[in-house]
Amino acid sequence: MLAFSIRRIIGAVPTLLALIAISFFVMRLAPGGPFAANRKLTEAIIANLNKAYHLDEPVWMQFGRYLWGLLHFDFGPSMKYRDFSVTELIVHGFPVSLEIGVWAMLLAGVVGIALGIVGALRRNGVTDLSVGIIAMVGVAIPTFVIGPLLQILFGLKLGWLPIAGWDGSVNAKILPIVVLALPNIAYISRLMRGSMIETLRANYVRTARAKGIGARRVVWKHALTGAMLPVIAYLGPATAITVTGSVIVEQIFGIPGIGRYFVEGAANRDYPLVMGVTILYGGIVILANIVTDVARGIIDPKVSYE
Amino acid sequence: MSDLVAGTAQPPETTTSVGQSPLKASWRRFSRNKLAVGSMIILALIVLACFASPLLFPFGPEDADFDNIAAPIDLFSAHPFGTDEFGRDLLLRVLVGGQVSLAVGFVGALTAVIIGVLYGATAGYVGGRLDNFLMRTVDVLYGIPYFFLVVLINLLVGRTVTGLFVSIVVVLWLTPAVIARGQAVSLRHREFVDAARAGGMTEWQIIRQHIVPNSLNVVIVYSSLLVLEVIITESFLSFLGLGIQPPASSWGSLIDTGARAIETDPRLLLLPGGFLATTLFCLNFIADGLRDAFDPSER
Repeated sequence: MLAFSIRRIIGAVPTLLALIAISFFVMRLAPGGPFAANRKLTEAIIANLNKAYHLDEPVWMQFGRYLWGLLHFDFGPSMKYRDFSVTELIVHGFPVSLEIGVWAMLLAGVVGIALGIVGALRRNGVTDLSVGIIAMVGVAIPTFVIGPLLQILFGLKLGWLPIAGWDGSVNAKILPIVVLALPNIAYISRLMRGSMIETLRANYVRTARAKGIGARRVVWKHALTGAMLPVIAYLGPATAITVTGSVIVEQIFGIPGIGRYFVEGAANRDYPLVMGVTILYGGIVILANIVTDVARGIIDPKVSYE
Repeated sequence: MSDLVAGTAQPPETTTSVGQSPLKASWRRFSRNKLAVGSMIILALIVLACFASPLLFPFGPEDADFDNIAAPIDLFSAHPFGTDEFGRDLLLRVLVGGQVSLAVGFVGALTAVIIGVLYGATAGYVGGRLDNFLMRTVDVLYGIPYFFLVVLINLLVGRTVTGLFVSIVVVLWLTPAVIARGQAVSLRHREFVDAARAGGMTEWQIIRQHIVPNSLNVVIVYSSLLVLEVIITESFLSFLGLGIQPPASSWGSLIDTGARAIETDPRLLLLPGGFLATTLFCLNFIADGLRDAFDPSER
């Protein structure tokens, strides 16, 4: 088990390095440096700026310098926000992104699993069919359409929640969290429903029933544990969807998280900022995939460690 | 186990008689699925509307009609869904924007599938060290959340329609590669391939009559899902302002404009959003229908 975890972590190192290398070299090769738009600068000032940011060194030296910095959690200076380092921007924005991300994942897990169980137990009933429709809507319609629609409904028409903004109040957080959770609610409820139906037919559940265990106990203790496995295996992809979705949700609702920095950075060609966010988010998704694999190994005895 | 089910689900003569190829049998199953066929018709209408009907409008998508600024919805006027604050026809703008979304979606998915299948099939058939090397590379790239890769590569190739197309294809060929490789490896060792070989078929006959039709199923099903993914990715980027740049527009960038104007004119959001959502719904149903038709064991 421990050996498997260590092997899995070592296996992720090339992916992380590839992520860093790709973002680094793409950013260096991309046209239009951060100072290119500003025509008022003289040659000497540009040369000095390039020197200050080590842009005059050979690319491989810059890459080494960047890797060395990463080891010290130093993502370099931001080229747009001159007074801040990328690390400072991330430290500033990440808690906000983390907050809505974690809540959205929890909400998706609880609601998705609950809807899936209801759907499986009352198959083809009214609840099941409406859950199916909600799930399909959540899968098919992207968050950047649903988000503004919910803004119109709850913000403009009903006036229950603020349309956008981030003042730290609970009300301002509800819509972003719900919108971020929606795609995962859809996927998890589908996944849970399918695996629950399959598990209820499994031999061990029939054995439990045959031994005279009550229906409630069979569902909650025996079937549920087995049916949870595909949902746990989905933890990795769910993290990726949440991380990507947070970029959209922060844009729609004007939330000062790092997803917004990523979009702004990409628009302004603020290389270190884009790279910092990419590496941080990529690292989180890679980590989530490792945790998922290890968790599956612990919970499901059928998963081999090969 | 599932192979057995797939084998028995088709009548035995499907492999021998000329008029009953597995592909045709699958197509018959698909055409009985009303939801999928209906979706296909609606999608065809949307494609037709986007690419043909702008020719029928006497004005262009960027032409301002100063007599009708911010005109309301009036289905029998020159501007059926009205105009925006610059007097541009809303419907025409959405249809022309759809050209970009649909073209990038279909051509992008097709290109990604071709690259992926060639790559994956090579790895699977050749096997050995080459397979190991090719698939290790895919594994490494696969661990990275693809949205960030697309944005990075898009910065390199530029925010034009071609640039968008290239950056999406460069990232999204990975899954078809994995699928095609798995298919190639598993088919090589299947009983019916052994049986065909024992029965005296040449390698070329086996490839043509067994390997290709059997891989085609999976590829067709996956391609329909990929179209969905490419369209969403393109809209996603354009929505964030990282995709297509004005004056060109796609559904994503129109939704962005609409989302900023929800307090003044919800039509700007609802029209492109509705077209995009309908397209995605249709593609979902078509993909489901294709999966049921081509892969009965999956049901």
